[in-house]
Amino acid sequence: MSLASKTISSRLPDIVGAAHVINDPAQLAFYEVDGMKPGAAVRPGSREEIAEIAKFAAAENMAVIPTGARTKLGMGLPPRRYDVALDMTRLDRVIAYDPADLTLSVEAGHSLSKLLGVLGDHRQFLPLLVPYFSKTTVGGTIAAGVDSPLRQYYGTARDYVLGMEYVTGEGVLAKSGGRVVKNVSGYDLHKLMIGSLGTLGVIVSVNFKTFPSALWSRGFVATFENAEGALRMRERAARSALTPLTIEILSPRVAGLFASEAAARIGSGAMPPNLLSEKHWAFTSGYAGNEKVLARYEADYRRMAEELGAVNVAVLNGNTRPPAFSRKREFVPIALSASPATTIMKISVLPARMKEVLAEAQRAAESNSLEWAALARGVGVIYLALLPRARDEQSRTRVANTTNDILAAVTKLDGHATIPWAPADWKSALKIWGFVRADFAEMQKVKQVFDPHGIMTPGRFVGGV
Amino acid sequence: METRLLNDLKELLGAEMVLHRPEELLLYEYDGSVETARPSCVVFPQTKAHVVGIVELANKYKTPVVGRGAGTGLSGGALARHGGIVVGFSRMNRILEVDAQNQRAVVQPGVVNAELSAAVAPLGLYYAPDPSSQKACTIGGNVSENSGGPHTLVYGVTTNHVLSLEVVLPTGELIRLGSQAVDSPGYDLPGLFVGSEGTLALVTEITVRLMRLPETTKTLLAIFDTLDDTTETVAAITSGGITPAACEMLDGWTLRAVEAYVHAGFPLDSAAVLLIDIDGTREAAESQAEEVAEVCREHHAREVRVARDARERELLWKGRKNAFGAVGRFSTTYYVQDGVIPRTKLPQTLRRITEISEKYGFQIGNIFHAGDGNLHPLILFDARDEKQLRGAVAAADEIIEFCVEMGGAITGEHGVGMEKDRLMPLIFNEADLEIMRRIHDAFNPKGLLNPEKILPLKKGCGEIYSRPLPAAGAAPA
Repeated sequence: MSLASKTISSRLPDIVGAAHVINDPAQLAFYEVDGMKPGAAVRPGSREEIAEIAKFAAAENMAVIPTGARTKLGMGLPPRRYDVALDMTRLDRVIAYDPADLTLSVEAGHSLSKLLGVLGDHRQFLPLLVPYFSKTTVGGTIAAGVDSPLRQYYGTARDYVLGMEYVTGEGVLAKSGGRVVKNVSGYDLHKLMIGSLGTLGVIVSVNFKTFPSALWSRGFVATFENAEGALRMRERAARSALTPLTIEILSPRVAGLFASEAAARIGSGAMPPNLLSEKHWAFTSGYAGNEKVLARYEADYRRMAEELGAVNVAVLNGNTRPPAFSRKREFVPIALSASPATTIMKISVLPARMKEVLAEAQRAAESNSLEWAALARGVGVIYLALLPRARDEQSRTRVANTTNDILAAVTKLDGHATIPWAPADWKSALKIWGFVRADFAEMQKVKQVFDPHGIMTPGRFVGGV
Repeated sequence: METRLLNDLKELLGAEMVLHRPEELLLYEYDGSVETARPSCVVFPQTKAHVVGIVELANKYKTPVVGRGAGTGLSGGALARHGGIVVGFSRMNRILEVDAQNQRAVVQPGVVNAELSAAVAPLGLYYAPDPSSQKACTIGGNVSENSGGPHTLVYGVTTNHVLSLEVVLPTGELIRLGSQAVDSPGYDLPGLFVGSEGTLALVTEITVRLMRLPETTKTLLAIFDTLDDTTETVAAITSGGITPAACEMLDGWTLRAVEAYVHAGFPLDSAAVLLIDIDGTREAAESQAEEVAEVCREHHAREVRVARDARERELLWKGRKNAFGAVGRFSTTYYVQDGVIPRTKLPQTLRRITEISEKYGFQIGNIFHAGDGNLHPLILFDARDEKQLRGAVAAADEIIEFCVEMGGAITGEHGVGMEKDRLMPLIFNEADLEIMRRIHDAFNPKGLLNPEKILPLKKGCGEIYSRPLPAAGAAPA
């Protein structure tokens, strides 16, 4: 037993009680991050206990990785060090929910899908239809900064998180923002925590603006011979009076992924037949409203699709939409299950530039003999899954070459390309966070304020922060 | 002010771009708040290189620097609390790029809010955040204060529409935060800098998101005989599944003041009105307008009028947007407050404001963003009378304290500035404030930029009200 583990085993039970400290190696395997196992896992039951743990870790210079349902621990670079897994799942209360005010305060360890169940009882929801939806926690979702198809209309977490409570790397419990929908009191520090991958501190609770659920919604799917048709359909939709909830463009290979057995499990049920084809690109969009509104969307979309030469169009209703749209939500886990070495790039560019990026992605992947699939959101975010047949050195070289080519092309277009998901042992060969950014020094200033001892998730984030 | 600094500034910018004579500085003592503070000089950069040069000189001469847009701010954000250089951005007022295809614009900080929307309107686009001062206020000022406006109910405030900033740090470094593309990897630095009230950096360029003009806007005027019916209607609308583009409330006293000035057709004998915009496709706007009208009638609206055309709609909104000017006809000075409450607490909060009005003997008008619970009580008083000024500030504090008691916040869109720094401990404890201070110090360690704004000086809670009262100001134009 290392010195660190000895200190851990003596002190942590004092803070949370022996029943909530895990030392058993078999159980600790669940908390592995890129092959690294922590010395202990601890399950605090209160914000005060989290603060105590962080203080202790800071004093002993132990690295802490906060985690919820452990679904996204593979994102980012491997940690530089890892002593304590901070399992947040005991903090799972709804602190306050005022349906009439459309505001919610919830602890970070609360299951996201269960939370949406609570909101659903009041015909409300959060636009966080994120990957690993049925398992993931609120805190994990926010800390990982994963996005939702609904961002087309509702934006991302930064647009509806009203405030937060967190514990810093020095064990200080603090908050910013509040629980009202409009607020400029003080610095918006909670915005920094969103997508920070646990490198600034531990998110303890999050205050959200909630949204009324639409009574009826539908989906529209149009398939095209090539990417250009689907992308032009997006441009037409963006220029129209329509304000759809989601817009995604799917590359031909996505049809195969979505028809797989893994997708049927994750995406709750069978895919509507003949909706997608392995030969065609698809434009997909969800929208909501009353009968008249739905009819307007359908008529406009049908006209656009026809004018642009769509191969096929389909309208999805309340029965056929969920299995199709939950697959879009779960694109990342579905793609990860499709290859022993799936590597997923996240690319963001101006929406009109997606055409060039997809063309370059196709060229780079195919010239390296890699199978690939892309899901592109209307706002200018592309998830590109590279699907090598084996996890071997040759595949790694091919993936590295492909991602480097794409990164170079995207950088020229003033965009960003990162690799949030890749096999752990390939990460050192890949540019996981792209190139070092101009504002890296400012990022480091922020890190220094929240976590001066560098104990919070060291190494996983941009630039190895 | 040190002559050498003035000479260096004149050399950098040209003599005509540096104001320093007392009569020239008079105008820059004020913003839209009741605070005043006189700068040592006012300078007008025309390029980002000028801004860098100014910050470098400020460092050299250890002189504070305060950015200023149009000076319409309501919390003293643009006032030089400790003297120093006020940097007026009115000469950096160009729209640098409009990318209609990607719905982006790149602007200099001095671009006037309404002028951006006017410039992109022919392309079917607009810039959503619309403070009531939008005909004068600048995008740079909006970014500093994270400004709101009536139409932020569904579309969000400034921070929701800013993608990237180019800023000059207090060190004189020029850097870019965020990017034109969404989801810039790394910490959300634009999210931190927007709304930092000029305490972390001076902004030299802003990339904003533009929105598509809606196909249809329905404007409703719902007229009520009691305040309670009005406020209960607001909560019923927002929780009922429809988010209007705007939901503004004017109480009876205010709408009579407005009507005398604008002749918008507001009913003179009502207790309050709601001015509601519904945006969307023709089909959505029409059906939602009907639903909202029904909710109003269920809550005893005496009448619900729907603007028949653009002219009627503009007239109603002219009444709303010129309300502060209208009130200025009744009182030499007013103090506009900016508390936020959960929307369901509107009924008791408005009742409490009425009590406070009676207790202090001031007329308090209410015209505000009811849909998001953002109050703007207008306290009318005579600033020439020290006792009245003291009373107005005490009444305002009482309103804010009640907002906080209701689970609200001390400012919804006007900023903390030098008006509410002493009130920050009402909602934040010492640990919360300490992290904000450390963020401030990480970027602005010497307090060179906009010193002593937002964060209260570190002292015991008992002392939070001990700061001397603000000096009297005039009603903003």
